[in-house]
Amino acid sequence: MDLVLNLAIWLPLAAAVPIAVLPGNGRRPRWIALAASGAVLLLSLVLAVNFQRAGVAGLQFGTHIPWIDLMGVSYSVGLDGLSLPMFLLNSLLVFLAVLISWNESRRTREYFALVLVLETAVAGVFAAQDFLLFFLFWELELAPMFLLIGIWGGARREYAAMKFILYTVAGSAFMLLGILMLYFAAPAPRSFSMLYLAAQQYAPAVQSLAWLLLFLGFAVKVPIFPFHTWLPDAHTEAPTAISVLLAGVLLKMGAYGLLRVNVGMLPEATQQAASTLAALAVINIVYGAFVAMMQTDLKRVIANSSISHMGYAVLGAAALTPAGIEGAVFQMFTHGTITGLLFMMVGLVYDRTHTRDIRVLGGLARRMPFIAVVFIIAGLASLGLPGLSGFVSEFLIFVGAFPVWQPATILAIATIVLTAGYILWLIERVFFGPERPDWQGLRDASRLEAVTVSLLVLVIVLVGVLPSVLADIVIPGVAPLAARYSG
Amino acid sequence: MSQVAWIIPAFPFVAFVLIAFGARRSPRLSGRLTIAGVLAAFVASILVLRETAAGNAVDQTLPWLRIGSEMTLPLGFQVDPLTAIMLIVVTSVSLLVQIYSTAYMHGEPGYARYYAVMALFTTAMLGVVLANNLLTIYMFWELVGLCSYLLVGHWHERPEAATAAKKAFLVTRVGDFGFLLGILLLFNATGTLKFTDIASMAASGRLAEAPLTVGILLVFCGAVGKSAQFPLHVWLPDAMEGPTPVSALIHAATMVAAGVYLMARTFPILEHSTTALAVVAAVGGFTAFFAATMGLVSSDIKRVLAYSTVSQLGYMMLAIGAGAMGAGMVHLFNHAFFKALLFLGAGSVIHLVHTNNMFEMGGLRHWRPLTFLAMTVAGASLAGIFPLSGFWSKDEVLLAVLNADWMNGTLRAALLVLALVTVLMTAFYIFRLIFLTFSGANRGHVDAHVPESSAMTAPLLILLVPSIASGLLGAPMIGNPLGTFFDSSFPQMHSPHMEFQPALALLSVALAIAGIIIAWAMYGRGKLTAGAAMTSLLHRRFLRALGRAWRGAQSRPRSGLL
Repeated sequence: MDLVLNLAIWLPLAAAVPIAVLPGNGRRPRWIALAASGAVLLLSLVLAVNFQRAGVAGLQFGTHIPWIDLMGVSYSVGLDGLSLPMFLLNSLLVFLAVLISWNESRRTREYFALVLVLETAVAGVFAAQDFLLFFLFWELELAPMFLLIGIWGGARREYAAMKFILYTVAGSAFMLLGILMLYFAAPAPRSFSMLYLAAQQYAPAVQSLAWLLLFLGFAVKVPIFPFHTWLPDAHTEAPTAISVLLAGVLLKMGAYGLLRVNVGMLPEATQQAASTLAALAVINIVYGAFVAMMQTDLKRVIANSSISHMGYAVLGAAALTPAGIEGAVFQMFTHGTITGLLFMMVGLVYDRTHTRDIRVLGGLARRMPFIAVVFIIAGLASLGLPGLSGFVSEFLIFVGAFPVWQPATILAIATIVLTAGYILWLIERVFFGPERPDWQGLRDASRLEAVTVSLLVLVIVLVGVLPSVLADIVIPGVAPLAARYSG
Repeated sequence: MSQVAWIIPAFPFVAFVLIAFGARRSPRLSGRLTIAGVLAAFVASILVLRETAAGNAVDQTLPWLRIGSEMTLPLGFQVDPLTAIMLIVVTSVSLLVQIYSTAYMHGEPGYARYYAVMALFTTAMLGVVLANNLLTIYMFWELVGLCSYLLVGHWHERPEAATAAKKAFLVTRVGDFGFLLGILLLFNATGTLKFTDIASMAASGRLAEAPLTVGILLVFCGAVGKSAQFPLHVWLPDAMEGPTPVSALIHAATMVAAGVYLMARTFPILEHSTTALAVVAAVGGFTAFFAATMGLVSSDIKRVLAYSTVSQLGYMMLAIGAGAMGAGMVHLFNHAFFKALLFLGAGSVIHLVHTNNMFEMGGLRHWRPLTFLAMTVAGASLAGIFPLSGFWSKDEVLLAVLNADWMNGTLRAALLVLALVTVLMTAFYIFRLIFLTFSGANRGHVDAHVPESSAMTAPLLILLVPSIASGLLGAPMIGNPLGTFFDSSFPQMHSPHMEFQPALALLSVALAIAGIIIAWAMYGRGKLTAGAAMTSLLHRRFLRALGRAWRGAQSRPRSGLL
């Protein structure tokens, strides 16, 4: 099984090579990309099926090969209950992103090659168990994303891509400092093994400083207020599939890092910072919702709702209770699928109407009943309707955070009313009301588009109705984290 | 049957799935699937009721989601008298409304979608009624709200409908914020979500007074939203933008009653806090009065009925707050039938004249004699005329307030006065509706070639039976069997002893008759023209002032976030 994991990480990168090298911009790139991402999705499902759910709390499918002995760097990968859901999410969303980009016609070789490089980078981040390896994968993600936004994006793509790269690189610099601090503060033998570094006791000052540095790196990615301003621009300018990946998996890297590194490795500092974290989370939740409500661009509504929803994940993490952390992981997974779906639906609407201006849209439900229904399902999932996955994660987070951060949780719950407000208002203005004459010729989703988005609907309903499917994987991953904070 | 009562919501759910994934291409088939699903649920509910009446109770819980290694979130259902009767109410009214809709919605482009959502609604509503814990009820509660959203906005190309749908969802969600918070608070304080467990902790004092009061009042916020109690009543009149059968089922008989049901279901918790009881009673009593005043001045036939529903739900809340859960539920039971009838009758009238404005109606008894007859009887029942069903349960509500001796004296007196004044107003507004619609000469346009369809009249006539007679089940002379049956859901409960008070009954009937006479004097006598109605003295002096104050009651929903 460890071979399967390594294959799932590296296959996309390997497939990117022939796409990039073979001449011609025809249909070949997308077929190779589809085959590679499809294979990775299957491999991830094989891993999920073989994942030991009961008893074993530790790492599974591990590979450990010494790499730079002198520095204690190793090629060390594996999955646990925290990373497997993210790993699955990545392979699912990249596969769907390839499908939704099927008609991309600009420089398809570069486009699909970069998407596949991105897949390997993100998969690596979630699987890496060596801190340096983690960082390398983290950095590997930047270049393809920069290019994908900067080349295939909308009108202000250069600005958005530059803003994205500046914020993230600044965050990475702090993160690297934090990693090195821990590396040098740990007793000999020098090692970047995350397991080893997590097991050490650090002096309070070291711990606090390292916590802050690492936090800055992750906070940019989540993004946590006030490091969020790159996000609406990047999401808005990116092409549909890239928005899906950006919101669906890249933001999860930040939240994952927060859980894996800050919460998992530096418990005392985390405890000290928890109240601040909860406060920041609530700012994200409330602020994101208000800003989303004010937008007139469809994509900006969804982008800002991401800020709000990621705040819930941070709140769950800040609770440091089993329910809270479990909820945070749930939220990371469900937000990835729900927001991914929302961005796809926005893309479908834009493809047809060539506008994202909510004030201009309206009455689309008549010509595009399927798109309207799926958009509404995604919206309902986003506002936390029971039976869909968003409710499960929000409820877990509330159960986990309520006893610990009461005022923050109350504000977070109150925001579900705001969320319902901007989502339903959006749906009303885009899909309901009288049809505009220009919409006469518009067509509903094609069969390929319908299948693509239906897959996500299926996942959203499945996790919403039978959350144990996911919980059985997540719980053994959360248990060791939560155990560090009980009593 | 009770052991597998979860199958009752499964029947309409299967219909929903079949319509959504295929049958929707054939509208006829879609309608029949929903009717078949609801019919199966109705038959199963009767079997369940028989077993429950024989003393069988069921309570089953399944683990749904583990939290860490210790905690589990449960899904579960129970069957007790409260549930068994509600199952009958929901499935029977739903069945009649689905049959009625085959004619009312005939030829509509969204026919299949309508029936799919109706089936889903019935599923969710049955889930609310069966749920045995706070989490389960909350989940179905929200799904019910979703279906209401989709059905109010059924004609989504009309901006008013789309806006009203959103408003309905958002306003109830404000209440649900409290509900969810209350669930978390009670869960945090007791470690359980199950109604019976929380109740026994409340009884034994292990759940302290403060979290109990705050927790149950937060849960009550959810009920205030769903049952359109003051100050969250604002969505219900706008929800009348939906098709009229939807108003009959969802916004009169079942969903809006879910808030009352929730307070009945949690009554064994609620009853341990006199503060919470008094708040429930005060909100209910005030809403009953306040909504009735709005019903006096509306010219839209459906809006009058909507305000009436809000007002009657207020009565039910008042009874529960006064400590008489059984009385509140008996009124819910009776109200479900006569109000569904009134709405379906209004639908048949609207079909005929294509307007909701009562001042453009008049004289419709000539075209719709059966509807006229049925609505008059149901209206008299709503007004509380002896011996129709509304009389008996309204009397129980009044008695409950009279007997709530633990309550602050001023509050109790105020609530009793409000409740009695409301009796007068209720009789007035409902007969104002009937006179404006059916008596005198026609003041507008009649689409005379629309025949009276039997699919529409048959449900009216069937509903006429309980509108007349269901109250006898709550008659004190034969020991109020229905109320006693409801009360037997909670053996530990302190149920108030209520003696029939002839003087009180006489007073309320006298007030009702007075209301009818005033309505007759203003709207029924002679040939009423729109102008004449406006110039009557009472109208000028009082109702106009009220009309100005309640201008919001008249206006239709505007676009905007809210």
